[in-house]
Amino acid sequence: MVDIQTWRAWLLTDTPTSRRHAKLSTLYQGWLSFRGNTMAMVGLWILILLLLTAFAAPLLAPHDPFAQDLANRLQPLWSDGHAFGTDSLGRDILSRLIYGSRITLYIVALVALIAPISGLLVGTVAGYVGGWTDQVLMRITDIFLAFPRLVLALAFVAALGAGIENAVLAISLTAWPPYARIARAETLTIRSSDYISAIQLQGAGAMRIITKHIWPLCISSLIVRVTLDMAGIILAAAGLGFLGLGAQPPSPEWGAMISEGRRFILDHWWVATMPGMAIFTVSLAFNLLGDGLRDVLDPKDSEK
Amino acid sequence: MVRSPKCECAPVSMLNVDNLSVWFGNGRDRVDAVRNASFNVNRGASFGLVGESGSGKSTILRAVMGLTPNWSGAISVDTKPVDKTRQKSFYKVVQMVFQDPYASLHPRHSVDQVLGETLYLHGFRDIDARVVKLLDDVGLGGKFRFRYPHQLSGGQRQRVAIARALAPKPSILLLDEPTSALDVSVQAEILNLLTDLRTEHGLTYIMVSHDLSVVGHMCEQLAVMKDGEIVEIMEVETLRKAQASHPYSQELLAASI
Amino acid sequence: MTLLDVENLWVKFPSRQGVFDAVRGVSFTLGRERLGIVGESGSGKSMTGRAILRLIRPPGIVTADQISLEGDDLMLKSERQMRDVRGQRISMVMQDPKFSLNPVMTIGQQIIEAYRLHNKARKSEAYAKSLEMLEAVSIRDPERVMRAYPHEMSGGMGQRIMIAMMLIPNPEILIADEPTSALDVSVQRQVLSIIDKLVTDRGMGLIFISHDLNLVADFCDRVLIMYSGRIVEVCDADKLHDAQHPYTRGLLNSLPRLDAPCDKLQVLSRDPAWSEAPSVSARL
Repeated sequence: MVDIQTWRAWLLTDTPTSRRHAKLSTLYQGWLSFRGNTMAMVGLWILILLLLTAFAAPLLAPHDPFAQDLANRLQPLWSDGHAFGTDSLGRDILSRLIYGSRITLYIVALVALIAPISGLLVGTVAGYVGGWTDQVLMRITDIFLAFPRLVLALAFVAALGAGIENAVLAISLTAWPPYARIARAETLTIRSSDYISAIQLQGAGAMRIITKHIWPLCISSLIVRVTLDMAGIILAAAGLGFLGLGAQPPSPEWGAMISEGRRFILDHWWVATMPGMAIFTVSLAFNLLGDGLRDVLDPKDSEK
Repeated sequence: MVRSPKCECAPVSMLNVDNLSVWFGNGRDRVDAVRNASFNVNRGASFGLVGESGSGKSTILRAVMGLTPNWSGAISVDTKPVDKTRQKSFYKVVQMVFQDPYASLHPRHSVDQVLGETLYLHGFRDIDARVVKLLDDVGLGGKFRFRYPHQLSGGQRQRVAIARALAPKPSILLLDEPTSALDVSVQAEILNLLTDLRTEHGLTYIMVSHDLSVVGHMCEQLAVMKDGEIVEIMEVETLRKAQASHPYSQELLAASI
Repeated sequence: MTLLDVENLWVKFPSRQGVFDAVRGVSFTLGRERLGIVGESGSGKSMTGRAILRLIRPPGIVTADQISLEGDDLMLKSERQMRDVRGQRISMVMQDPKFSLNPVMTIGQQIIEAYRLHNKARKSEAYAKSLEMLEAVSIRDPERVMRAYPHEMSGGMGQRIMIAMMLIPNPEILIADEPTSALDVSVQRQVLSIIDKLVTDRGMGLIFISHDLNLVADFCDRVLIMYSGRIVEVCDADKLHDAQHPYTRGLLNSLPRLDAPCDKLQVLSRDPAWSEAPSVSARL
């Protein structure tokens, strides 16, 4: 117990003794703030559960997600050996949900990497440099913003064939413009601050200012926006899967599962509803996490 | 109490501003912030710029630093004229301390990072030793080195800003209302620090303030500005004896007492 | 005649590092006079003003033995009852009119709203009263100002409009929290003389909160000096320069003066005993 107390004191100190100490201290205090928000913690736990499920899928799934058993098709919830029932081909829904979490995570991770980062790059450069660069970059952003996601996905499918990677590409290409807008707006505000003027007076170039001074300040609002967008991204992937443009059968992607279960919704509602509940839970978790992160990273009365 | 002269004021011009005009916007939206301002500051001297808000005093400082794009006239530093775009060598000679200590430090950079980056950009490589010395010079100890701005008080932040300005070993410091956002007791400390630094390093100061008594304490000469123009340049002694010539200066003096 | 009686006021803010006491045991009375509260940042002077009007939200905790407005204890009132007190009986003018005037409403709309909140009146009556009030604060073209938006006004005008708005319900006490700190020196004088005239004409009590000792000494009748949440000294304004407490003397001596040049300013050395000593009571 004594050890934990001294660690805590070390982390909460007012006079850090090295760069690492200072960073750890800030992280710890941020964590304490976050922990105080119950709903955000609920969101975090759900997502940790999702990660663990995806990671340990082979251990957790009671059946092979691809094993068909036509004699056992459309079994209801809590039937023998099938907690969530079976679908139209007799495959265990629970196992498919568990394996499907991997696909969901894959989509989320890819989009979360591609969209905000490209948005950050475009937005901060446009905002800082201004002039023609700003105009050109923003018009490009507007063009991509104007693309309807599904139409773009259709185009990709037509050109490159259906598949989850193409779905992810389509979603990322339409998801990055809002991040560019946010980053640009933040950059415009930050650009006129005294601390930016001060570093310009030391002879710093645009690259250094953008990467070391502007990015650290934009990143928090981007992180918050990404987590809040996650729900939309999962739903978009599900929508594409639903239309058959994303993951292809027999892949256990949640959206595709809803699509397959569509025909049976009246008599065998669980086939579509269980994946729907999964999507709902994960989206909600991301929303709660995003709200909590925003309170920690972007509090309204920060600084002063 | 007579003040001993602090400068060996060999009359070498350190900063000369001739017919400086600064404007924002173009055509119909053009706002002339400064109009035909001219003044000279010798090496080692301390020059004050006073006026109310909107008089253009801070704009002059920013124009000298190269932070305002539209200006005309002539600026020379150490008798050498300054071109339209500032070279890096310019920033080794002239540095600025900003008004608002709460806005002049990057919120996510620790004191060590702020000073370290400045030193790095100016080509110094013995950064650790210099950071420690700078913090010492401004009266902050080593325990402030890794703090973030939100862990510092207003006076401490301003000291860090002064340390940052001193990092490249400049000859001229432009001070934009350095104490107006600070408490009275902290103001005294910072003004004393600035006085000490000036003697130690032989600096030339140009200080902007709306507070005549601060300028009276820190400077030997001052210019009074109104609506972008310099209406009078006088010695501080003249100010003390309330012998200002221009009616606006007299108004300003009367309002301050 | 005592208008306001504050006894043993404490304002606490619980935080992760423990409880922070912003105001510690402040007691004073206010008659039909001008009382100045002077202190640096962190002294608790603004918190005191806000605590009287119960403007401090949780997690802040306000406790006091009493805060009586003409015998009526404000601590016992519900939030609803306090709403009747705020503006009607005690009003507050704050530092920067940029932040206290609503930017999307015209000035006329805001003043009329302020009036009708406390008086049942028709729009035309409220309009006429608003014009009167604007003239009372020396605004020469009141009709034009009624139609204008706050961003079109200069700092000094904005502050005068704020004063007009705050005094239109005819309160008994005005709390002015650094009303002239954001203004230029010449405009400060104007605004202060307006406050002076209105307060004297209406027989109001004034609590003037500021960090500027000299300004307060000039303007007020009695001065309280606060440090670290406590009152360290109480004195009459004209005797301020003979103040006894080392903190007050330190503050006075650390100001640069045009008529008393010196090489180095005297620096205040803070004695921890000042914040540990109990608060001086300014109750009469």
